[in-house]
Amino acid sequence: MCLAVPHRIIALRAANRALALAGAVETEIRTDLVPGLKEGDLVLVHAGFAIERLLPEEGEELERLWEEVRELAGPQTR
Amino acid sequence: MQVRRPDDRRERIRVLSEALMGLADRPVKVMEVCGTHTVSIFRQGLRALLPPTVELVSGPGCPVCVTSQGEIDAAVALARLKETTVATYGDMIRVPGSGTTLEEERSRGADVRVVTSADQALSMARSDRNRNVVFVAVGFETTAPATAAIVIDAWREGLDNFMVLNLHKSVPPALEALASDPEVKLDALLLPGHVSVITGMEPYRFLPEKYGIACAVAGFDAEDIMLALVEVIKQVREQKPRVASLYGRAVRPLGNAEARNAMERVLTLKDASWRGLGVIPSSGYSLREEFSRFDALDRLGITVSSTPPPKGCMCGDVLKGLIDPPSCGLFGAYCTPAHPVGPCMVSTEGSCAAFYRFLRGRRTDWEH
Repeated sequence: MCLAVPHRIIALRAANRALALAGAVETEIRTDLVPGLKEGDLVLVHAGFAIERLLPEEGEELERLWEEVRELAGPQTR
Repeated sequence: MQVRRPDDRRERIRVLSEALMGLADRPVKVMEVCGTHTVSIFRQGLRALLPPTVELVSGPGCPVCVTSQGEIDAAVALARLKETTVATYGDMIRVPGSGTTLEEERSRGADVRVVTSADQALSMARSDRNRNVVFVAVGFETTAPATAAIVIDAWREGLDNFMVLNLHKSVPPALEALASDPEVKLDALLLPGHVSVITGMEPYRFLPEKYGIACAVAGFDAEDIMLALVEVIKQVREQKPRVASLYGRAVRPLGNAEARNAMERVLTLKDASWRGLGVIPSSGYSLREEFSRFDALDRLGITVSSTPPPKGCMCGDVLKGLIDPPSCGLFGAYCTPAHPVGPCMVSTEGSCAAFYRFLRGRRTDWEH
């Protein structure tokens, strides 16, 4: 139910709508829950509504955790 | 800062599995709250990569599964009304009520339509103003903002033939109910990624602070989930429970304020009945007074009764992580995805359906 799929905004349309692309599928989505979207933005879409912008970076906590995982997994880790 | 991790995905999974094997030197009970996590764990075969000390249980994170029997009956009763269309997300149509399902009502002539977006339900109401269109609004905080947005639209447009059967529920109060249940005894929680997109991290702080439960907000790939397991097991070992954020590409610490504003404007919290968990205070959403004319139950005179679940069905215990699905006497013999008895076998996100789909043929302990 809470599945959300990344979409790329292709074109903004009137009335809080945009054309968005996921894989080869173009869909019209609602944009009112994420203000200020632009063409080219990558968003998470749930039940026909963009619910958040996706950022390229993963966040500091995840980066630090990977360091620890590499140590835990031992010296043969590449 | 660049993440330093192996380039090859298989190598990443191997490294994570090895790290988990090294870490998990004591029994840890971890609940994944989100149905999408449940399916991902099964589909990717993650259970086979975990050390035997890690016990993974599924929680009440499938909205269809926690919908009470009385609420399903109310949806069926609405579908039986004349000049009424019931629009719903797909999983709901096969859930058995006390008598029939929405799907069976449709086969008898009721106008039940599956939508993938709340917006489609509103379009149906616009295109035929002489029919009532009832949107069955089911889901957690991920889904509730979309319902709020279309109710605001209907209000602006004066679409009085549009109504909502509001079954939305809130995740944090259900987690509090589980955390405080002496039977459940959780060490750690994988928090739902897309609910957290809306709520942010703040509503979960009580879990480590009041109940000492280790928490991580996790994404949905195999490595997202394995990393989250490393994190929570580390927290358990160090006895430093907190809410870790491991899905930073989607979840902002304060969540999506715009979406919460829409919810705040339209919805208000009330006590709600959850299958398996009973009535939990302030855990469901109802329409605010200003929008009450869009409440399908009020407008069409349908009441939600407190109906017991089907006889023998143990969905309640499954949703609390007390038993795994094969421990239910109905599982696999009387209750299958083709002929489901309880909602956990209906929804693709239900843990009974996941066990049936992915482990059938590999385990024989449910062949009673």
